[in-house]
Amino acid sequence: MAALARLPVRPGVLAAIVVALVLPFGADSAQLSTCVFIVIAAIGAVGLNVLTGYTGQISLGHAFFLAIGAYTAAVLGGDHGISALIWIPASGLTAAACGLLVGPTALRLRGLYLAIVTLGLLFIGQHLFFNLDGITGGPQGRAFPAVQLGSFDFSPGQQLTIGGAVIDHDGLYYYLALIILLASLLFVRNLVASRPGRAMQAVRERELAGAVLGVDVARTKLMAFGVSSFFAGVSGALFVSYLSFAQPSQWDLLLSIQYLAAITVGGIGTLYGPVLGSIVVFAIPDLAKSLPFISDDGTGLSPGNFSSILYGVLIIIFFVVEPRGVAGLGPRLSAWLRRPGAATTPMGRVAVQSIDQEEAGSR
Amino acid sequence: MTEFFQLLFSGVALGAVYSLIALGFTVIYRASRVINFSQGAFILVSAYVISWLATDKGVPFFLAVALSIVFAVAVGVAFQLLVLRHLVGRSAFVAVMVTIGASIAMTAAVSAIFGPDQKLLGDPWGSSAVHAAGITFTWVKLWSIIVVAAVLYALYLFDRHSRYGLAMRATASDHIAALAAGVPVGRVHAIAWGMAATLGTIAGMFLAGFPNSPNLGLGDASFRAFPAIILGGLESPKGAVVGGVSIGVVEILTSGYSPGWAGTNFSAVAPYIVMIAVLLAKPYGLFGSVPAERI
Repeated sequence: MAALARLPVRPGVLAAIVVALVLPFGADSAQLSTCVFIVIAAIGAVGLNVLTGYTGQISLGHAFFLAIGAYTAAVLGGDHGISALIWIPASGLTAAACGLLVGPTALRLRGLYLAIVTLGLLFIGQHLFFNLDGITGGPQGRAFPAVQLGSFDFSPGQQLTIGGAVIDHDGLYYYLALIILLASLLFVRNLVASRPGRAMQAVRERELAGAVLGVDVARTKLMAFGVSSFFAGVSGALFVSYLSFAQPSQWDLLLSIQYLAAITVGGIGTLYGPVLGSIVVFAIPDLAKSLPFISDDGTGLSPGNFSSILYGVLIIIFFVVEPRGVAGLGPRLSAWLRRPGAATTPMGRVAVQSIDQEEAGSR
Repeated sequence: MTEFFQLLFSGVALGAVYSLIALGFTVIYRASRVINFSQGAFILVSAYVISWLATDKGVPFFLAVALSIVFAVAVGVAFQLLVLRHLVGRSAFVAVMVTIGASIAMTAAVSAIFGPDQKLLGDPWGSSAVHAAGITFTWVKLWSIIVVAAVLYALYLFDRHSRYGLAMRATASDHIAALAAGVPVGRVHAIAWGMAATLGTIAGMFLAGFPNSPNLGLGDASFRAFPAIILGGLESPKGAVVGGVSIGVVEILTSGYSPGWAGTNFSAVAPYIVMIAVLLAKPYGLFGSVPAERI
């Protein structure tokens, strides 16, 4: 036990990482493909959680930043043949730069007004993506480059053999995304504990009080926008690279909402919540296809409609019944198992309380 | 010049419908500080219910509209009582997410029940029109302007001269004080949702009229009404109407005079560009009030 206590992460998290590492060897191709999408999406959700969960700014424009990352990858990796070692971070940086450009508008606005302006950003962005044929391919969409790291080719059909273990196209993307996801979780964990991270949480709790105590509100919000957009950009670039093809119509409101659903269902303002939520939200469409009453040919409920109804209902249920999300279910369960009514200090408690409080100034 | 007036007429008619949608937002926002992101879903559901009753079931059109209003009000009030009532005192974010959740589920349900194809509305106006001075006034658009004016007057009378109008204004200015003074705040919220559902149904009826038809994209109009409420400020009914008509006119005029370099469908995003420009200058809208803050 003493050795376990010295580890930088808790045993449960370590177990989850081990499971995630061996998972490609136990899953079939379709299941692994679902897992790749979940891990890639989780990177974007971790980013949105910095903005919405820790800094308290509602953004409906996350899909816009995913798209910026995706098209940066297309131009750098696809059109100019630059290495993935450059276009993956560059996708994040371009999206972050766009986040900083949008920032000044956002700084003047709060809460609901910000939500509506980011909605406007999403629609204006989609208009641009539909019309900038040279970059986006117009309404028909365009192809995106596969990741190439030195001699490793991640394209479909390629595989890598390490000591007898064969890792195929899906597995390669899975491990790449998993490494980036773990790095982003580590980054966010340190960020939240650092001075800028505490400033973000102060802005979320009470902007004015934070400002009085010396928090630079404008800088903090800009930083949150930048960090959030960076992860969105990386996630978007990996997403289209794995898909190898995307159309401008994909970057719609529903995509932004899926990310918001992921962080809320998982547990808003918690470190691992976005990952748990991504597993729930982004696995639903694929799981739905295997249900008996679901069909694609128009006779039954279509998978798309079914998953939309399920997201909608899940969001409502989680907010009414368990605002701490999936991350709150563990502490609730353990409290219930110990004794009824036992006081606990579950992770995310503080975040939920403050995000839930009515803004005093808004009345 | 004729073309300009033709576009202006269409713009005002569309703006009238946006005003109805915007008023639906304002009514709920004033009563409960909630922006109802599911307003578009109410528009969509209502248009399909009207279409189903009037064309499939042979119900007379205006009876179909009345029944659709009853249905929408029942759904709206049920949503308030079953879900939102439990979220009073929670942050704006919670209400945004919950109404978005309801919107996604309702839109997908309409798609699952009625299928992806567009329907017939079954309205008595069709494409009939009067022509004057070279301008075509379609009856759907004329009626939308007349009905919106009538609804506005009715809302004004309700707001100023009825018991619940007073209760609603009291709740809007301070809901805790209103509660302390004996205002049935829960009932006021339910009435606000009922009113918004009614406004949504009327908006849905006109939006689905000629040259449009009931289709799955109908609810998106509510997103274009967001710039309207932002322009007018979230709390001001007067602002909702001014904002709604301005956005309608901006949208139709840009669709008529859109420069080629702006790309196809530029008119759909022009309202957002206007909105962002206004917000940069006045962060709480043209008619909104800057809230005082205490530490």
